[in-house]
Amino acid sequence: MDPMTALHTPLTDEICESLRSGDRVLLSGKIYTARDAAHQRILDAIEAGNPLPFPPTGEIIFYAGPTPAKPGMPIGSIGPTTSGRMDRFAPKLLELGLKGMIGKGKRAPEVREAICRFKGVYFGAVGGIAALMAKCVRNAEWVAYEDLGPEGIMRLDVVDLPLVVINDSHGGDLYEKAICRYRQRGSVP
Amino acid sequence: MTKVREISCPLVTEAVKRLFLEANTSLGEDVMDALYRARETETSELGRYVLDQILENAAVAEKWKAPLCQDTGFAVVFLEIGQDVHVIDGDLHEAVREGIRLAYTEGYLRKSVCDPLSRNNTKDNLPAVVHTDIVPGDRLKIVAMPKGGGSENMGGTAMLVPAAGYEGIKRYVIDRVEAAGSNPCPPVIVGVGIGGTMEQSALLAKKALLRPVGKPNDRDERLNRLEREILDEINKSGIGPQGYGGIVTALAVHVEMMPCHIASLPVSVNIQCHVARHREVLL
Repeated sequence: MDPMTALHTPLTDEICESLRSGDRVLLSGKIYTARDAAHQRILDAIEAGNPLPFPPTGEIIFYAGPTPAKPGMPIGSIGPTTSGRMDRFAPKLLELGLKGMIGKGKRAPEVREAICRFKGVYFGAVGGIAALMAKCVRNAEWVAYEDLGPEGIMRLDVVDLPLVVINDSHGGDLYEKAICRYRQRGSVP
Repeated sequence: MTKVREISCPLVTEAVKRLFLEANTSLGEDVMDALYRARETETSELGRYVLDQILENAAVAEKWKAPLCQDTGFAVVFLEIGQDVHVIDGDLHEAVREGIRLAYTEGYLRKSVCDPLSRNNTKDNLPAVVHTDIVPGDRLKIVAMPKGGGSENMGGTAMLVPAAGYEGIKRYVIDRVEAAGSNPCPPVIVGVGIGGTMEQSALLAKKALLRPVGKPNDRDERLNRLEREILDEINKSGIGPQGYGGIVTALAVHVEMMPCHIASLPVSVNIQCHVARHREVLL
């Protein structure tokens, strides 16, 4: 297995172009949480011509809603939710300069195309290792939509967040590669 | 005359609270054993990397009493109420709700329940889904099962035609798991309910998830075979841990069955992620 690649936010076209599906990454820097309800509000803001909660250029969104932080801790347990539910919002955000998304599960063809066109990247985070992942979060602060509770937008300061590149800007898809390599019967579904 | 045994509501509340807190921070031995076996079996490097992180997470969560997953689930409760139990000092269902409310608000668990249309969060993880059975005896069994949304979303029910038979059931279950791919956080446990009515098959599928992981259905040899055949096919899919590729896509397949209408063949699939959380107590 190849060694892990250390990455720091913000991401650029060059960084994204250097990544390949299947690469293991340790990500450090600032990232933003947002899931279903926050994405709807961001889209509403775009359509209404209102300012966005954060400028998306070069940034990464983590599809995540953490548990509440215990006293003295920066955050509770945190991990990815299913990305497919955000597919209808992702191409627009990539067009506006968003570079990366972190989640789990397959993306729609239009998201994969937008990742290629706008030179972005989709990272997979392992689901169900949220206690371990919380140790990578050094600080968390509210950015917007606090009323949404776990669905609000937070800015996280992360160190060595373990990720794997699922979709790269060259059209590579780890889930497809995986099936081709490990499937032991019949045709690819 | 049979003596009635009294169980007080505050005792139920305390038990429910403790069960949800424990279930969310600590995996059962059966799940841990299945994960260790998966780590030994898996041939893909990325798959083993994922399983190592899953095992490390379980140790961290246990040590710090931290939620294993940020999705601390929709609260599903199974009550088996002995017919000689007399519940005193309040309303049994309110006692269960209070236990959940306390676990989720005081225990730093995520509140993941909302109005389906407005999507406004109910803020206390209520309501819960509570299944009650009246059984012989004077005990009260409480099973707490926090169920994550990602895996729950990947289940399904099919009203197959009787002619679809054994092979039709097999095909439907395998297709569901393959279509789900990486979404439900594999390696998964697959609960299958066959027969009954539409809603009963779904309940059987959920109850199948409560069986110790990998314990075969020992009441019906046909189901035992079905479980092994489906598991084998799923693990040939190539999906692997988290969909990153490999030979361990499911840890187990559990099938439950009951008779159905002569016109019907209901089949339900309920998928459980690798964070298979449930805890029970007998009061």
